[in-house]
Amino acid sequence: MKEVVVLSGKGGTGKTSIVGSLAALADDKVLADCDVDAADLHLLLSPSEKVRNEFWSGQVAYIDEDKCTECGLCQELCRFNAIKDFRVDAVSCEGCGFCSHVCPVEAITMSERMAGYWFVSDTRYGPLVHARLGIAQENSGKLVAIVRQQAKQIAEERGLDYIISDGPPGIGCPVISSLSGAGLALLVTEPSLSGIHDLERVLGVCCHFGVPAMVCINKYDLNEENARQIEDQCLSQGVEIAGRIPFDNVVTKAIVQGVPIVEYSNGNVTREIERMWYLLR
Amino acid sequence: MIISVASGKGGTGKTLVATSLTLSLSDDYKVQLLDCDVEEPNDHVFLKPEMTGSKPVPILVPGVNEEKCTYCGRCAQVCAYNAIAVLDNHVLTFPQLCHGCAACSYLCPERAITEESRETGVIEWGHSNGVRFVHGKLAVGEAMAPPIIREVKERADSDEVVIIDVPPGTSCPVVEAIKGSDYCILVTEPTPFGLNDLALAVETVRELDIPCGVVLNRAGVGDNKIEDYCREKNIPILLTIPLDIEIARLYSCGITLVDGMPQWKSSFIQLFDKITEIVDERSCSSER
Repeated sequence: MKEVVVLSGKGGTGKTSIVGSLAALADDKVLADCDVDAADLHLLLSPSEKVRNEFWSGQVAYIDEDKCTECGLCQELCRFNAIKDFRVDAVSCEGCGFCSHVCPVEAITMSERMAGYWFVSDTRYGPLVHARLGIAQENSGKLVAIVRQQAKQIAEERGLDYIISDGPPGIGCPVISSLSGAGLALLVTEPSLSGIHDLERVLGVCCHFGVPAMVCINKYDLNEENARQIEDQCLSQGVEIAGRIPFDNVVTKAIVQGVPIVEYSNGNVTREIERMWYLLR
Repeated sequence: MIISVASGKGGTGKTLVATSLTLSLSDDYKVQLLDCDVEEPNDHVFLKPEMTGSKPVPILVPGVNEEKCTYCGRCAQVCAYNAIAVLDNHVLTFPQLCHGCAACSYLCPERAITEESRETGVIEWGHSNGVRFVHGKLAVGEAMAPPIIREVKERADSDEVVIIDVPPGTSCPVVEAIKGSDYCILVTEPTPFGLNDLALAVETVRELDIPCGVVLNRAGVGDNKIEDYCREKNIPILLTIPLDIEIARLYSCGITLVDGMPQWKSSFIQLFDKITEIVDERSCSSER
């Protein structure tokens, strides 16, 4: 079984459109949407939900006003400035519980928080594991880990060859959680100076965690000079270019129709993604 | 006045809006641009600021003096993040899991734990054409962006106009970046992805009780559902930027929209005036 995670560093380079297309091209796979903050893959795959689970994670402090003597110790010690006027700001609280341990009158209790949902759905391309992190919640890395673990379990049970996952942007906690231990990272970039800068950092993360990477230059013809610079940099680091996708409004039109681009058009974009899948698999 | 520029979905044009808004205002106001997308900061690519200072951002993690330690296990018991474990005659720490809450060092009965700093990134500051600029960079391989974002925001001068470029998404780094703002601009694009993530971003800013308005970027190629959504939710569309291959090319070369097409400057000044009006009205009505 091979796990391919699609990342980008910079947001909006085309990760989800590419994962949607790989979903349509690959046989015997499970799909995973690891962008639990702002999941979009379901908008291309029209899933029907089979299993819904609550995601309980982390804690939040609560101060019992009747017991509180307003001594102020909790406020003074909280490193996250989450206690003001003897009340807890649940958004700032990181759930460390320090306040509950030091309160001299035991007025502070900690409770678990419901921080989102995760789902297993059927799509016409195969099973999809996806999630929704609650608004302004923490622990997105933990929810990503659950999504991957479920996807892996499904792949093992059903003897599937691939896990294809749509990763989050950036290089922090949920990206590390999506990447560590995966078989291959496909990094989707664009030929802008921002794209080049962000690719370098996400490649650094792949290197740090020892995950082999390949690069896809999306909209490569928007700036061919920058595209060449990306190719040269990849070459010098021994990173293979898996695909060069031309800019075409047809990609946006496919998103509006809610279908993977490879099922919407037979043009150059589709041909290039097909070629890329042949290299990746 | 603090205005944050957020989006939910990545790549919708936050950096374009934040940099062009900043430059459009710099003739008439003292403006500060804070790039809080510390995982992938890009504003410096466009502003090309002259950097004048930098500072490492440490988080405080436990250091255990085993000569004093009695292996009582209290530290491990109070740590909510499993960042410290006590064996029969040894203490293990996992600095990357530590949030720096200080519970272990404060509650250790033997005072055997002191806090040591561990660098997780850096902030840098400088200026560009009269604009004061600050950004943060999370070190590659590190997970926690919020402490760096906090440090960037420490340098905000609220007497000035402060523009904050926010990371994509809706979770803790986004909340850390936008909290305390007077207004939040949400940049989106007219596709189902843009709409889905805009709705999540709206929920996030409403949770924090920050007023928001939309900048619709790459208008023309997608659908009309963003307009319908904004009407229904009573969210103003402050500015519309069309899909234009020339704008994309300027962006790809690291040139801001208002530098490449100066005619856009007046639109960004109008955008700011609209926001000022909304914020003033809101503060008046809350005083009443």
